[in-house]
Amino acid sequence: MTDPIAIARDSILAPAGLAESDLDRLLGSLTSASIDAADIYFQYSRLQSWVLEDGILKDGSFSIEQGAGLRAVSGEKTGFAYSDELQFPALAQAAEAARAIARGGQDGRVKVGRAPMQRRLYEPLNPIESLPDKEKVALLQRVDAEARRQDPRVREVVASLVAVQDTVMVLADDGTLAADIRPLVRMSVSVIAEENGRREQGSSGGGARADLGYFLVEDRALGFAREAVRLALTNLDAVEAPAGTMTVVLGAGWPGVLLHEAIGHGLEGDFNRKGSSAFAGRIGERVAANGVTVVDDGTLPGRRGSLNMDDEGTPSQNTVLIEDGILRGYMQDKLNARLTGSAPTGNGRRESYAHLPMPRMTNTYMLAGSRDPAEIIASVEKGLYAVNFGGGQVDITSGKFVFSASEAYLIEKGRIGRPVKGATLIGNGPDVLTRVSMIGNDLKLDEGVGTCGKEGQSVPVGVGQPTLKIDSLTVGGTGK
Amino acid sequence: MPTATIEETGERLARLQGIIEDLLKEAERQGASAAEASVGSSSGLEVSVRLGEVETVEHTRDNGLGITVYFGHRKGSASTSDLSPAAVRDAVRAACAIAEHTQEDRCAHLADPDLLATEVPDLDLCHPWSIEVAQAIELAVACEDAARAYDPRIVNSEGASLSTSFGLHVAGNSNGFMGGYPTTRHSLNCAVIGQQGDMMQRDYWWTTARAAMDLDPARTVGERAAERTVSRLGARRLGTCEAPVLFRAEVATGLLRSLVSAITGSNVYRRSSFLLDQVGEPIFPDFVRIYEEPHLLRGLASAPYDGDGVVTRPKDLISAGVLQTYLLDTYSGCRLALPTTGNAGGVRNLRIDMGEKDRAAMLRELGTGLLVTELMGHGVNAVTGDYSRGAAGFWVENGEIQYPVEEITIAGNLKEMFAGLVAVGNDCDFPGSTRTGSWLIDRMTIAGE
Repeated sequence: MTDPIAIARDSILAPAGLAESDLDRLLGSLTSASIDAADIYFQYSRLQSWVLEDGILKDGSFSIEQGAGLRAVSGEKTGFAYSDELQFPALAQAAEAARAIARGGQDGRVKVGRAPMQRRLYEPLNPIESLPDKEKVALLQRVDAEARRQDPRVREVVASLVAVQDTVMVLADDGTLAADIRPLVRMSVSVIAEENGRREQGSSGGGARADLGYFLVEDRALGFAREAVRLALTNLDAVEAPAGTMTVVLGAGWPGVLLHEAIGHGLEGDFNRKGSSAFAGRIGERVAANGVTVVDDGTLPGRRGSLNMDDEGTPSQNTVLIEDGILRGYMQDKLNARLTGSAPTGNGRRESYAHLPMPRMTNTYMLAGSRDPAEIIASVEKGLYAVNFGGGQVDITSGKFVFSASEAYLIEKGRIGRPVKGATLIGNGPDVLTRVSMIGNDLKLDEGVGTCGKEGQSVPVGVGQPTLKIDSLTVGGTGK
Repeated sequence: MPTATIEETGERLARLQGIIEDLLKEAERQGASAAEASVGSSSGLEVSVRLGEVETVEHTRDNGLGITVYFGHRKGSASTSDLSPAAVRDAVRAACAIAEHTQEDRCAHLADPDLLATEVPDLDLCHPWSIEVAQAIELAVACEDAARAYDPRIVNSEGASLSTSFGLHVAGNSNGFMGGYPTTRHSLNCAVIGQQGDMMQRDYWWTTARAAMDLDPARTVGERAAERTVSRLGARRLGTCEAPVLFRAEVATGLLRSLVSAITGSNVYRRSSFLLDQVGEPIFPDFVRIYEEPHLLRGLASAPYDGDGVVTRPKDLISAGVLQTYLLDTYSGCRLALPTTGNAGGVRNLRIDMGEKDRAAMLRELGTGLLVTELMGHGVNAVTGDYSRGAAGFWVENGEIQYPVEEITIAGNLKEMFAGLVAVGNDCDFPGSTRTGSWLIDRMTIAGE
């Protein structure tokens, strides 16, 4: 069985004894004359995780979450209730609570659900069952051994493996009937290296919407172990990071977290409808240098941030946010699209059935330019070359954003110099991209470890970019 | 809506205890040598309003159970949102399946029976609020109205929201521990946007308490949010420099959190802390006392027992500037060859002894330097203590606020910052389980233009 709707019916509706007619009644009772939109989101999610520490596989857990979220929308008002019991009476009670947002009225009429064309960016597989448990344990042990084998200075190794299968089904009064079976795997490796009393950490990892075989291809998992050790050892040599405003060259790939923070959040439809974003009302204006094109693309096969459909049943798409420096579009869910007279862009996402959907990013990245990365470094007299980052944060109203480097080097006279300690970089979203003076030809996407938080909800996302030169950005070190 | 009577609460607690008993029995039946389980059930209401109109009305209802089984010194865990008898069996089976593959870990065991809580003192944590949706909306609107009326420069709003929740949590283990109690939590918050020229600023305020009567008035919360927003308008940057930094009370909590993280057992045995081998050593100047009070009546983080079922106890973490203890659970204690300190699940109601100086006196003590009111990002390195974060606040000269500042970073090392703590104010004026005044740190690097 590979039809997502059939799988969802089988794993969610059938065990709860929910028939097609029950769904029609529920949706009908959510809807009334004064309701503009209503939907029901069913979810059945299984997660398995394993942790290896001190060379032993010490912890494992398995969790199952299931439930349904019922939403009724009237104008800008949303009524929402959810239940982790899927039997009809519990759902009917939730529907009653959700629709109380619109007073009075008769039960509404609902369009008959039609299954849309299905995308297949990833297979509807269960990654938990894609590898025997014994082999998952063995994989983590090989990762541990690989890390320790690299260097005697490696003191601690923590490695973890997580596999998730998320089955979701959406019914809406606009005729949506859609389902998606979402696999997600992730591995993380973190090491501590010690030398002469100094300790430093290095972390690496990756993931995808795939089965666990993903980590076995070309010994990818062992590569994470080597990368974590390389980072920890590099940091053992790091000197103080500089403080002040300077030229910063950002490496390709994960440093694209810059785009996520500096402009991505500010271009989410809810903030722009409400006028709370520093980008509100600026479509058509220049917000970046010539040559800068940024997209949010949920359609990349197998990527962590990709979705066959969003959590409202809208197929994901490739949305141009900035085209050659000009602001072109926002990311929308159904509610914000309707209220602003635009079209949904497949960005309506939610952490789970117990959360309301809102506009969220998928995979956000900048298209490649023409410069050789070596030429970009060579053009810098004095500055910072930052290639690995931890998380970031943005204040979408003032536009100020930060992101923290975890691997960075000084650039002196066009050459990469000593590694420097991690430092936070801070800038202003609406103008940071106007200071991009060179764009590399080396577009790279991240390894698949990103998680984005917004209003308390976490969703998996991706970022990417080519090597970028930014003429002035503030670096928060302690050095001169 | 959380309108449970005492009787209903008793019945529901008994039902959840029944589920724990079933879980433990099932674990034994499936061959586990020991097991621990927890089950929770909560319900609540959250309303949000924006520009005077309702935006969302959410009815929340969450259930969950978790089980950890031990086969000697191998363990496995499982959890589910489903509390049905079939789910109980499946969860235990899943946990046992995991334990087939985990390896012997001598520290994987339950807490010593002598340390387990045998009774559950009433810490006055449950005050259900039978507020109707309409009334909740009215309060949130009043809060936002107060913020919007505060100043003509408040031009927009992210809204106000009110939430109330009632929860039951029961835990037990095969060493004879069984405990459970109800809790409530209510909060009201507001965020508004101000504009001056082309620049917008946003800020927020909130109140939260176990009992609705302990919440700050809606008007106060709204006005505070607006006052904070307006004060940020016209922010400038600073030049790169070194200066003393005053962390306003609500951001000084972040420094306390960094301390707690550095002395938490799991980080210590993993050597992921900048405070290894420091018990008995001075970390702060000798005027500093930092302690936890887990049994505070109505305390937001109060708990009679920890996540292992071990009795919690009030204690000093720092006395006269000296680190007194790590924060240990059963597992990390075993790893460090120390007894648990009853801190499975963290520290509860953290406090620092506050000094004599109020807000104005702390500014005078700062003299010329930076007052930080907001921090951004995650730039704290737990292993080295290196600290570098985005900041916003005010530039202060001779004890007087000059102008708001933004788009700067502050950097240093937590070890040096703790040792360089000059004074703690008595200006604790924010809600939450942690109580501290503002912290004056002698010197940090500020990066700006």
